[in-house]
Amino acid sequence: MRLAAFFVVWALFASFAHAHKPSDSYLSLQFREDRIVGRWDIALRDLEHALGIDANGDGEITWGELRAQHQAIAEYALVRLTLRQGGRRCTTVVRDQLVDTHSDGAYAVLKFEADCGNATADAIELDYRLLFDLDPSHRGLLSWQAHGRTVTAVLGPDDPTRRLEIQAISRLQQFTDYGKEGVWHIWIGIDHILFLLSLLLPAVFVRGARGWTSVHRFAPAFWDVLKIVTAFTVAHSITLSLAALSIISLPTRITETAIAFSVLLAALNNIWPLVHERRWLVAFGFGLIHGFGFASVLTDLGLPQDALLLALVGFNLGVEAGQLCIVAAFLPLAYLIRETWVYRRVVFYAGSAVIACFALVWMLERGLDLQLL
Amino acid sequence: MRPWFFLNWHIAPDASGVSDSLTIARYGAVLAAVACLTAPGWAAPYRPSDDSVVLERLPARPGDPVQRDLQRLRGLQRANPNDAAAALDLARSYFNLALDTGDARYVGYAEAALAAWRTSPPAAVPADILVMRAQLLQYRHAFEDALVLLNAALAQDPGHSRALSWRAAVGMVTARYDAVAKDCDQLRTLGEHLLAAGCRAYLDATLGRARPAYEKLSAELAATTDARPTLRLWTLTLLAEIARRFGDAASAERHYRAALAMDSSDQYVLAALAELLSQQGRWHEVATLLRPWDRSDVLLLSLARAERALGRPEANTRAQALRARFADSALRKETTNAQDEAWFRLEFEGDAKAALRLALANWAVQKEPRDAEIVLLAAVAARESASAKPVLDWMAQTGIEDPHLRDLASRLAQVKP
Repeated sequence: MRLAAFFVVWALFASFAHAHKPSDSYLSLQFREDRIVGRWDIALRDLEHALGIDANGDGEITWGELRAQHQAIAEYALVRLTLRQGGRRCTTVVRDQLVDTHSDGAYAVLKFEADCGNATADAIELDYRLLFDLDPSHRGLLSWQAHGRTVTAVLGPDDPTRRLEIQAISRLQQFTDYGKEGVWHIWIGIDHILFLLSLLLPAVFVRGARGWTSVHRFAPAFWDVLKIVTAFTVAHSITLSLAALSIISLPTRITETAIAFSVLLAALNNIWPLVHERRWLVAFGFGLIHGFGFASVLTDLGLPQDALLLALVGFNLGVEAGQLCIVAAFLPLAYLIRETWVYRRVVFYAGSAVIACFALVWMLERGLDLQLL
Repeated sequence: MRPWFFLNWHIAPDASGVSDSLTIARYGAVLAAVACLTAPGWAAPYRPSDDSVVLERLPARPGDPVQRDLQRLRGLQRANPNDAAAALDLARSYFNLALDTGDARYVGYAEAALAAWRTSPPAAVPADILVMRAQLLQYRHAFEDALVLLNAALAQDPGHSRALSWRAAVGMVTARYDAVAKDCDQLRTLGEHLLAAGCRAYLDATLGRARPAYEKLSAELAATTDARPTLRLWTLTLLAEIARRFGDAASAERHYRAALAMDSSDQYVLAALAELLSQQGRWHEVATLLRPWDRSDVLLLSLARAERALGRPEANTRAQALRARFADSALRKETTNAQDEAWFRLEFEGDAKAALRLALANWAVQKEPRDAEIVLLAAVAARESASAKPVLDWMAQTGIEDPHLRDLASRLAQVKP
């Protein structure tokens, strides 16, 4: 009687979640003007089950064993992925095969290109059949990028096809889309705002022998602010561009920690001034760091390869517009109340101290991966 | 003591352009150095340097008798994919392997063995295959779909005891207690006395009659001297669970350990015992119990929790593994991991709101004391007593005694929103 083995697990087991991951593949497709560029990560365990990669049967898959099967893997995978444009099947070729690691082990990475001809259809038809015959719980996790927009989908045996839109959006639309993202990021990026504010707070003062005194005219304050904002802008534009074009890349944790660090220093500098004549240099130096922060947002958005410059400039201008709004709101108000006790004591000193506290907490959180707030 | 960067900032002589740039250059250099030190370890596809590099260790070791047996069954099934008996043998073997190892891929392989019947109307599918497919569905927490198949199997064969007991199991998880009571009674009429007693006791223990249920089931187990070992182990596990419902941790522990003595690799019992010990703060024992199982994903969270409580560095590595796993699972848009992820968000990331959202999503699918516990805990931490109302309603409606849950509910009542 085989019954017993099945009663054992009765309901009880269902109640414990199963952190073990079922089989997934990661398929990313990018639309370019003349072709589709793809990356497909397929688990070695799945390839082993389908094709038998472990040639010597020792329970370990080596790079040599995998390499020997490259041809077979490419054929096996590509006949199970069909791309059509206007009813015509695209010709798909694997360009390279690499290895990557996901949370459940090693994956073969297939880099491929699909040529769909020059048809002017407005969509690609995708049909995904990988592994469904061997493991119906397998899913294809698709990411489709076209014209800077990313769509994701989960492909399963009951739902294996997708219509991938190639919505040709106008350049102007693309430009303003990225511009809006830039404004939005400054608006929600409280750390950037606080950094800027910390540098702007003393703009209505001059530093004399007896500490800070208020400026007499609006002009010096205005030029001071202009220099700071321009320096910050130039600096973060440089690193934003370098990072967005993948010329430099820094781990997010490092840049985010450094950004918090810059806020801390800028705020402390108001309380114990060391740099006051040339705060624009500080703005420039740390602007370089903040640029990396902006770049990670841009990377998450996905950059349209065909309109890189357009997106970069649009995003950057959006960031500037957001900054200018903050400055326009801050400067006249600060100038008006610069002589008051409230500004000198509460806004300036207490405000800087509060900013410094926040920055310190962020720095610890980001640097040490803690959750304090 | 002041942190080093304060010192550095103050060393700079009084403001001159030169020292400004110097200071900035200094910080720049420090940041660049830090960045360079941590830059490696970035995940990107790569080309291994050498053919002998081992990329993956497969779960099956060479000469493994289980794998040999599977290979034989797979051969039989492939030779005749429409043969119900061959398909069932293969699917059961894969499903058992999934339960022994906690590896969800085997559930997929079991599903594939039954592919010939996947799209057939239930009335045209043999009852045994329907029940097997229902088991696979419940593993993925597709409880409603599983019920449809179990009902179809019982429509074909009302005396199908496996279908009955699985329907009771799914009924418990989804809080269909009246239906469970009927299925338990029906099992008794089929002569499955110990099974029926366990079914009934587990139900009663949820409905606020834990102590009498415990005593009845203990007596039934003592009277059944010829119980199959697996059924005996199951009953011991149930006794442990029920003992916890009325706060008898010592008896619960005794039963779990007796069950482990019968099968030291039972993932459910290991997880449940670890949970019980954790509740008592016996972290050393948890770590010792689970150390041999550091490759089991089902037990990974419990192990990470114990190691963290003991301040061991391995906890961070495991937390990272779990974080990556949850991120990958999120892409699949399934709630199977929601309970574990809720615990993780609450305990490791201190994100009570996210934990509560996940716990409630899990509660919408399954409703057992463990599922209730995480909702209450997350609601207390997030100071959102109103969100836990479905769980409080369930507790009131069942009258469940569980002192741990009662304690959490009273803590929740004191939360000021």
